[in-house]
Amino acid sequence: MLASCSGDKTVRIWEQRPSGSWACKAILEDTHNRTVRSCAWSPDGKLLATASFDATTAIWEHVGGDYDCIATLEGHENEVKSVSWSASGSLLATCGRDKSVWIWEMQPGNEFECVSVLQGHTQDVKMVQWHPFYDVLVSVSYDNTIKVWAEEGDSDDWHCVRTLGEANSGHSSTVWALSFDSRGDRMVTCSDDLTLKIWDTSNDPSQTVGDNDRPWSHLCTLSGYHDRTVFSVHWSREGVIASGAADDAIRLFVESKDYSVDGLSYRMLLKKEKAHDMDVNSVQWSPKEPRLLASASDDGTIKIWELIEVSQ
Amino acid sequence: MATGLINANPIVYERKERRVRDSPIDTDEYAEEPIDQLEIFDHVRDIKDPEHPYSLEELKVVTEDSIEVNNKQSHVRVTFTPTVEHCSMATIIGLCLRVKLMRSLPPRYKVDIRVAPGTHATEAAVNKQLNDKERVAAALENPNLVEMVDECLAPTFE
Repeated sequence: MLASCSGDKTVRIWEQRPSGSWACKAILEDTHNRTVRSCAWSPDGKLLATASFDATTAIWEHVGGDYDCIATLEGHENEVKSVSWSASGSLLATCGRDKSVWIWEMQPGNEFECVSVLQGHTQDVKMVQWHPFYDVLVSVSYDNTIKVWAEEGDSDDWHCVRTLGEANSGHSSTVWALSFDSRGDRMVTCSDDLTLKIWDTSNDPSQTVGDNDRPWSHLCTLSGYHDRTVFSVHWSREGVIASGAADDAIRLFVESKDYSVDGLSYRMLLKKEKAHDMDVNSVQWSPKEPRLLASASDDGTIKIWELIEVSQ
Repeated sequence: MATGLINANPIVYERKERRVRDSPIDTDEYAEEPIDQLEIFDHVRDIKDPEHPYSLEELKVVTEDSIEVNNKQSHVRVTFTPTVEHCSMATIIGLCLRVKLMRSLPPRYKVDIRVAPGTHATEAAVNKQLNDKERVAAALENPNLVEMVDECLAPTFE
């Protein structure tokens, strides 16, 4: 099952038939009145959250083959750009052009309560993503930084525990997206500065105190591969990083076994030129079949790819 | 026009004579004709300045030489020169250029819009905003902005 969202204000649910082909099973419309920028399934797959330029986030429930909008989250001043569920499914994060990140808690009876409004970014926040295991949230922004947010002790008080900027070997332009590897101990980010960056995220930053612990630090930078903005990056369960960029290409990267002097390096496994006719906006591996990749583009199409072989 | 023009007395330059394209009769009419500098210039030269009744060509905001085309890579770059370096209209002018080219060129074209180096006080910020397609898309869902852009793009010249 795949959900896609679009500038046409709709969300479409796609399902693979036994024959292998994909069909549109449902169209979610008439709820958002502007572009739907992002969508995310809850960890149990029962709920879908959709974030829109209309300043709202909608929650949809799958009931008997139909999708009902069961809640609308309001609060952002303007465009909501991304939505993400925490690993437990009890928390939801949203972010947007108003520079803020909101954390919502799911209450009984489909109620969502805002538990925190996080200020800190100085510009448009492009994407939020929860760590796969910890209740730790990452946001990336037009202000070129990556921010890591966690609760302070048991206080329900969320705050920024780390800012990864240019001074920490971070990005020099808009950071568009991020993805964790399956173990959660590494994170990849992509940017308008044409690079991908790999970060060590093996510590739980909500548990470390003081600057000496150096939680979450830069591991390596993949530069020289992309010619235009990298909009999307996603790490497969098998450790293959896919990137989607404004040069219409999809690239795959894997960790290189030839350790360089610096320790860690990644190499390009594959470059699919002209994967789409226009910018590639999103790449997403299937959580079930680790070699199945979906991509979405300005050309209005979604493509499903299969990685046949990973040569070593 | 409201009080307090950004640039009250812009220098107005003469418009270039329109060149008529040669249309050779004996060529294959189905052959794809590469898009050139002049063609791009023709698309944008008559865009109206947001605050003056002059075209971007007359204010030398754009010239033919400020346009770069790479057909092989389907890439166009327009470098425009705001009339004054604190011009708050720079982003709207850039947006007009982008919208005009979005509407005129085949969708495979990648368009970069930037202000000429050293001609604007907040050059980096303006360039970043004009080339963030998500922000451009959001801006174009704003009816007031679209109205402003459409007014600048309205064919009032010839």
